[in-house]
Amino acid sequence: MNWIPNIFRRRRVFEDLSEELRLHIEERVEELMRNGLSRQEAERQARIAFGNVTVLEERSREVWQWPTLESIRADVRLALRQLRRSPGFTIAAVLTLALAIGANAVVFGVLNALILRPLDVPNAQSLFTIERGGYKEQSTSYPDYLDLRDRNRSFEALTAYILVPVGLDTGKNPSQAWGYEVAGNYFKAMDVQPFLGRFFNVADEHGPNSAPYLVLSWAYWHSHFQDDRAVVGRVVLLNQHPFTILGVAPPDFNGTLLFFFPDFWAPMVQQEQIQGIDVLSDRGKRDIFMVLGHLKPGVTQAQAIADLNSVGSYLEKSYPKDDAWMTYSLARPALAGDLLGPGVQGFMTGMMLLAGLILLAACANLGSLFSARAADRSREVALRLALGSTRRRILRALLTEAVLISLSGGLVGLLGSVAILRRLSVWHPIPQYPMHVPVYPDAKVYLVALLLALASGFLFGAVPVRQILRTHPWEVVKAGSAGIIAGHTARRITFRDVLLVVQIAICAVLVTSSLVALRGLERSVHSSFGFDPRNVMLADTDVSMSGYSGDGVPAVQRRMIDALGTIAGVKSAGFISQAPLGGGLSTEDVFTDQTTDLSPSKAAADAGVFSISPEYFRAAGTAFLTGNNFSWQSTKSAPPVAVVNSLFARRIFGSVSNAIGRYYKRENGTRVQVVGVVEDGKYYQLTEAPRPVMFLPLLQRPTNLTTLVVRSDRDPQQLATEMRSKLATLDSSLPFTIQTWADGLDIALFPSRVATVALGVLGAMGAMLSITGIFGMAAYSVSRRLRELGIRIALGAQHKEVLQAALGRAVRLLAIGSAAGLGLGILATRVLAFIVYQATPRDPLVLAAVVVAMALLGLVATWIPAQRALSVDPLILLREE
Amino acid sequence: MTDSPSRDLFPGALEMMILESLRRQPAHGYALVQHIQQRSKHLLQVEEGSLYPALQRLLKARLVKAEWGLSATNRRVRTYQITKAGLRHLEQQISSFERMFEGIALVLSPGRSPAS
Repeated sequence: MNWIPNIFRRRRVFEDLSEELRLHIEERVEELMRNGLSRQEAERQARIAFGNVTVLEERSREVWQWPTLESIRADVRLALRQLRRSPGFTIAAVLTLALAIGANAVVFGVLNALILRPLDVPNAQSLFTIERGGYKEQSTSYPDYLDLRDRNRSFEALTAYILVPVGLDTGKNPSQAWGYEVAGNYFKAMDVQPFLGRFFNVADEHGPNSAPYLVLSWAYWHSHFQDDRAVVGRVVLLNQHPFTILGVAPPDFNGTLLFFFPDFWAPMVQQEQIQGIDVLSDRGKRDIFMVLGHLKPGVTQAQAIADLNSVGSYLEKSYPKDDAWMTYSLARPALAGDLLGPGVQGFMTGMMLLAGLILLAACANLGSLFSARAADRSREVALRLALGSTRRRILRALLTEAVLISLSGGLVGLLGSVAILRRLSVWHPIPQYPMHVPVYPDAKVYLVALLLALASGFLFGAVPVRQILRTHPWEVVKAGSAGIIAGHTARRITFRDVLLVVQIAICAVLVTSSLVALRGLERSVHSSFGFDPRNVMLADTDVSMSGYSGDGVPAVQRRMIDALGTIAGVKSAGFISQAPLGGGLSTEDVFTDQTTDLSPSKAAADAGVFSISPEYFRAAGTAFLTGNNFSWQSTKSAPPVAVVNSLFARRIFGSVSNAIGRYYKRENGTRVQVVGVVEDGKYYQLTEAPRPVMFLPLLQRPTNLTTLVVRSDRDPQQLATEMRSKLATLDSSLPFTIQTWADGLDIALFPSRVATVALGVLGAMGAMLSITGIFGMAAYSVSRRLRELGIRIALGAQHKEVLQAALGRAVRLLAIGSAAGLGLGILATRVLAFIVYQATPRDPLVLAAVVVAMALLGLVATWIPAQRALSVDPLILLREE
Repeated sequence: MTDSPSRDLFPGALEMMILESLRRQPAHGYALVQHIQQRSKHLLQVEEGSLYPALQRLLKARLVKAEWGLSATNRRVRTYQITKAGLRHLEQQISSFERMFEGIALVLSPGRSPAS
């Protein structure tokens, strides 16, 4: 460890060395003078014999240096000096890179949080959800769940949960809250410890409605109970039933879905109290949202699947009426397995690719800036070579500049992206759902940003290498830098040109994809939903939240419709079990009338099912194709009837006109007569394939969970107030969520909105990069050729010819790049099609928009250089030099 | 250090000669150049560009030590002296050099090779 004292001794060592060398030369001079030379001649010869003193000193010093670190420090100091000398260049470069690295860090942060990072529970690596059948359905019935839980040999503990909205009355206003109904073993299976009080467990349950207990989430406790530790043991009303608060979950445990934070957990055995329906004993009712658990140590996924499948075939054999296609697969629970996983994954992968393209474009941009800078400095480089510097040394200096810029750009970008990710994490995109996008950045994000910054620094720093290696000091000094560069660029395609084309092509890809996404969103907002959401208010109600049950449910629902009908300006008001595109859909197997074996494998279709009041179609603006509506006379005792959609009619009866008056069978064997056929629509997702749907009378398929659909010509705000007071006169304990139908579509439009915003931002960044890229190139070529342009003007060139000479090249490159980018963009946007509804690049409007956008970008970017080229005064130019 | 002391010598040769010269008598840089040239009957030309880095290496490795003082001709000079470690190092070097030289001589000398 000699180097520590060395560092302090070093200055003296170096001084000694300089002195020693000086004395050496002096001694030589004196000797030569003794041999009869003049002092001048002697000094000259001594120096020639000695060689380059600076280089020698440097090499002697190197002996003492910790070589890499110290010379890097020297390089950094030099680079900082150089960069300070051209602040405009430095700022532009740092900002460009900050944007690109920032975009990558944000996208990677989201990707990391949603896909790479497991759920925040112990041993998340072995946590899996069970999916059933080819459609990868996660819904399971409670009896099936019990069989799976008790008969499998692969899971530590198999647990389950259902997402439910409830009215929660904590003594103040009853308000809507979202929770998990969970199996008794949930907390034990997830291996979390309570923050306060205790969790309920299997021992607390003794059959249906035996465990009226509640565990609050930390956030809900914090916001609704102001961190009151005395909350344990308090009784609150949940849908008008008393529940005792047992404890509070730890702050970092937000359930087992990544983006859906529950306010509370309640035992699933309380389902009848909470939801007003008892499905604990009905094997055909697949109400459980997700079954999940940790694999036992040493059990592979394949073994677990085989094990589950053997349970599945047992279920098929034992319960042929209810269970079919009981084959299982495993998936990660964080994004609800295959419900969202593949979509999110595909989208994030696509975004990562696009962000990578942004970075590449930025590197191309900076690469050409650096290469221009190196060309401008060729005189300096030549001088340094002549003075004894090595090419390697000069390259290292340039590379140091590049890395310095990339690191500071990376740092700025990272800071920005951390701010954005933090904002995203507290974002609450859809008010009526407890949705979150928890994307807090972690060390991996920082590391990726750093690596990207370094890699891009080396990438664009490497661009001018060839230029430096080719520099011949003698030639440059002889000809002047201008001569060489002009000679090179005028004749052939340079590397810089290629870079610019690549960059513009990338930017055109981004612009194309963002325009395609925008257009897709625009279309999806204006496409046919099978209903007309304009001028309609929705009110979500769950009358069981106020304790109604049985026959009381339809009665109070009818009173609501009547009450709302009396509000001035209301054209019609109706009920539907859940508004289409509202975030959920019940489906049911249906059978042709001739089918006698009603096992799932014989089903004619898996149809969406809605319960509605007769007024619904008018309120929703859904058009009848043929037949008639049913009325309130279709009661429980009346023969079952249905209105079906056009696809249902064609699928079951062959054609729309054929369907009227014909019968089909529901899962439970009921024969249902079709009385009317309505237009097809969108029911679950905007991007879904057309699906068969039946609308059943509310009285024949009662449900407490309903949405009021109110069509009026009133101002939404006023109407909402009146609706609230009207409904309050009916029952003041009933919680409501009132919103316009347009807002209600938020959840359906959410994915395409997010995609559009994200692509829009990337597209804008791409556009900016292409502007700076073209601007840089155009400005550079104009400034290089000012003298030539001056001569042209002096010789009588017209504006057009001057512009052609000055900018023709830039414009040609722009055109080539744009065309390439447009083609690539069309290919790339196929990826978008499954997120952005109706995203098609083969839309003439989009194509035209891309061309116009790129032309505009070109115009903006070349405007200033063009002005400069035109304002060249030949006299002034010729007078210089 | 990748650059060898002199293009014409093998690595370490210059250091060895410097140490050997200093073993006989402490000297400063200029004197070392003269000394090696004379001893080699001008067959070896020591360049200052190699000498001083080599001296710095030896200093750093503590094989020599340096002191400012006055020369016989009354000049201010920095005189180098071999240390004990330097002496040990020199002996090792010389013996390994002699073995290597012997080996080279055997390979190069014609006719006496037993293999052919």
